[in-house]
Amino acid sequence: MEDYIVELTVNGERISSPVKPEESLLKFLRRNGFTEVKCGCEKGECGTCTVIINKKTVKSCIMLALQARGKEIWTAKGLEKQELGRKLQESFVNTGAIQCGFCTPGIIVTAKNYLDQNPIPDKGEIKKAISGNLCRCTGYKKIVDAIYAVAVENQKSI
Amino acid sequence: MSEFKIVGKPIPRHDAWSKVTGDLKYADDFSLPGMLFAKVLRSKYPAAKIISINIHKAEQLKGVQAILTAKDVLHNETVTKFGQSTEVGKGFEGLYRVLADKEVRFMGEAVALVAADTEEIAEEALDLIVVEYEPLPGVFDPVEAMKPGAYLVGENGTNIIGEFGCGQGDIEKGFAKAEVIIKDTYKVPFVDHAYLETEGGIAWIDDYGVINIRVGSQVIEHFRDVADVLGLPHNKVRYIGTMMGGGFGGKEDITVETYLALLTWKTKKPVRLVYTREESILSHSKRHPFIMKYKVGAKKDGKLVALDAELVADAGAYPYLSPWVTLYATVNAAGPYCIPNVRVKSCCVLTNNTFTSANRGFGAPQPNFAYESIMDELSHKLNVDSLEIRRINCLTTGKALSTTGQVFKTHVALPEVAEKAWAALGEPVECKEENRKIGRGLAIGLMSYGRMTFLHDSSRSYVRLESDGSVLIRSGIPDLGGGQVSLLCQIVAEELGIPMSRIKIYYSDTALTPLAGTTTATRQTYMSGNATLKAAREIRKRVINKAAEMLNVNPEKLDIINEKILVNYDQSKYLPLVKVIKACNTAGIELFCEAQFNAPFTITPDLLNIRGMTFPDFTFGAQAVEVAVDTETGQIEVLKLVTCYDVGKAINPLSVEGQMEGGSIYGMGYALIEEVIMEKGITMTPSFAEYIIPTAVDVPDVKAILVESGGGLGPYGAKGIGEPSCSIIAPAILNAIYDAVGVRIKSLPASPEKIIRALKKDYFEK
Ligand code: FES
Ligand code: FES
Repeated sequence: MEDYIVELTVNGERISSPVKPEESLLKFLRRNGFTEVKCGCEKGECGTCTVIINKKTVKSCIMLALQARGKEIWTAKGLEKQELGRKLQESFVNTGAIQCGFCTPGIIVTAKNYLDQNPIPDKGEIKKAISGNLCRCTGYKKIVDAIYAVAVENQKSI
Repeated sequence: MSEFKIVGKPIPRHDAWSKVTGDLKYADDFSLPGMLFAKVLRSKYPAAKIISINIHKAEQLKGVQAILTAKDVLHNETVTKFGQSTEVGKGFEGLYRVLADKEVRFMGEAVALVAADTEEIAEEALDLIVVEYEPLPGVFDPVEAMKPGAYLVGENGTNIIGEFGCGQGDIEKGFAKAEVIIKDTYKVPFVDHAYLETEGGIAWIDDYGVINIRVGSQVIEHFRDVADVLGLPHNKVRYIGTMMGGGFGGKEDITVETYLALLTWKTKKPVRLVYTREESILSHSKRHPFIMKYKVGAKKDGKLVALDAELVADAGAYPYLSPWVTLYATVNAAGPYCIPNVRVKSCCVLTNNTFTSANRGFGAPQPNFAYESIMDELSHKLNVDSLEIRRINCLTTGKALSTTGQVFKTHVALPEVAEKAWAALGEPVECKEENRKIGRGLAIGLMSYGRMTFLHDSSRSYVRLESDGSVLIRSGIPDLGGGQVSLLCQIVAEELGIPMSRIKIYYSDTALTPLAGTTTATRQTYMSGNATLKAAREIRKRVINKAAEMLNVNPEKLDIINEKILVNYDQSKYLPLVKVIKACNTAGIELFCEAQFNAPFTITPDLLNIRGMTFPDFTFGAQAVEVAVDTETGQIEVLKLVTCYDVGKAINPLSVEGQMEGGSIYGMGYALIEEVIMEKGITMTPSFAEYIIPTAVDVPDVKAILVESGGGLGPYGAKGIGEPSCSIIAPAILNAIYDAVGVRIKSLPASPEKIIRALKKDYFEK
């Protein structure tokens, strides 16, 4: 099958690359160097491949690269440049919410997008928000604590 | 030294930032120009003869660079080794077969390897390889497999590949004295490690003809096994270990490495291979299912008098670590209890199921579930409360393990941990709903840290103080996510009085870093921690001695704090560290050191009558939970979970808590939801949609209580915690279910279906 050209922006950077129609957005991103987007299952079940597209979180393994044409995509790496993203990263580091770290980029992306829309959730709401992201190492305690710490900070600044 | 400056502080790991930004390159995140993509053809049958393999069509496919089958592998059959350099006897070394030859023994066994220009071509080639099979009956139940005349999985004339025994006293007499006897059979299923990063790596041949394999592995010492398969000298294969996206024992056996080496050797091009999730679940090891027959006798006051246990483990299709795991289970079978009369017999048996091997806990979670369930039964039967029955029977410092007689010379924090965990549950949650019943459960346990002492384990580490006061560490230590690597940095920072940011560590490279042994058996804090401590202290001594000479004071008065050498902690009287380093360099004093730490060495025990020391030391812990059981749906909610362990010394409390919290939830999955369902050798749960692990909404807020007795054998009195942390949560939860609704589930997982069937027994039996 012939290749299509896909143009989109990732973390504010314009990318243009030929793709096969069946290529997933996950494969496309990883092939273009965005290896912070991880592949844990390729079936939409683990959340390691989560990215933000036009303010929504998407599991990039179950979206075609073609469907992301013209869209604005953010990955964990790109969140460094945004205040909330940076705060979350810092909070994960200081809380010890990271063990193997394989789930971390996906969870931070999910948390960032969630807090953008719900700046001061309680712990139960945070758990629901990240329930599509698996973590096998931490038991989630410190992950929830790390996100909650940022929410508490948000509350103070309101 | 005075009080700790860095050790014991909850500091971020050295690699934390690279993980939150996603900068860290795991096995699958690394490419080389011109690399090929590999795929593995796997058996569709759990037991079959291979009549023929036709690769002709696949070879013709454009872009296919190599196809290998068993006949292309120089030494297709060797023996499994796990980094040990000691002869431990035949009982521990099973057949390692690279590619199936003439027969397949389990579904998912590797039959052929393909390397091609793209992943898609490699996949297409798999479809074009024609394998003609003749299905065989196979055997899938270990008890069946033990019977005379059973279908034979291997060539040895029996399916039993390991038999073990131990005990003390006289159980006949013991049971005669018992006033109450409980007999029960407990069962546990296959479970998967379900690390989020599947197995993967990349291999290439360097300018000197050395095969380099960049891979996520808990045992980089497998470079020797890979070299043996290819018939190469050991120094012609190099492992470069990556940070792993979880391991839990599943990356302890060889996974992709041999395949990568074979394909890169054949094609002379870099080759990458990463398993899909389905492939991972189908083909890597599982935790051993056990069938455990227990009989326990006690006096009316709850005092234990006799224990008889028979354990049968399903080894699956190949031995791998099954004998080792079974030995662990045997030693653990009587738990942390003083019982005068004990007999334990166990064996592991080949079947045509997926092979079983190491999985966090390594033979401890299984018997722990059985004996802690029985202790609970006893407590209810005798009306002695859960804590009290454990209090009157538990081991204490100086006592000996009831199975092997190994004496506890280090601190035993029992019953302290049990009391703390139980108390921390606090007031029970109030619940007025008719269908929701609340209950509590307790379990205590012990698990070894450090490898079996007859393996003669050692670790080496290299530390060098640079002229600008920065430090370089080299250690072969693999890191599966537990923070093993960062821990070494912390120890060196403490000893040399420098911040973590001044340290650079190189790890997990068989060519360039001193071999530190496997990241298994909860051994790295203990082994590589001690090796690194030894190296750092040697350098520290040299620096301090030089400084003492320069200041003309007694070295005992000196300490290194914040890159200064202080006299009597007087901030105004010091030498900058760099100045002393310069002086050392000028005087030719070596500011580097490679140190080796050896565990205690023993001889291989008589396996049918294991006596004395088999492990360096043990970690003791307790877990307490409160659950709510929905009597209409059988759903269980874990409301509270307390985990309390004597960790000796928490070198990094964040990491230790992380192990305790994560281990609890890992074990909670085992208790309630996880099971790799195999029907006649066919895996029915090959994805995360079928193999369910806990998500954030399933878990309680785990409360971790760290007891720091300082009584461990690791640096600063630390004990190991990685595996012990997950090994007793299942019985705690099941005991709580019993407390809530009076139903005793004797086979894991305690699924809603099992609960409902037990609750509505009358209905189902009608
Ligand atoms: S890789 Fe996309 S959800 Fe698992
Ligand atoms: S930290 Fe390992 S999967 Fe989350």
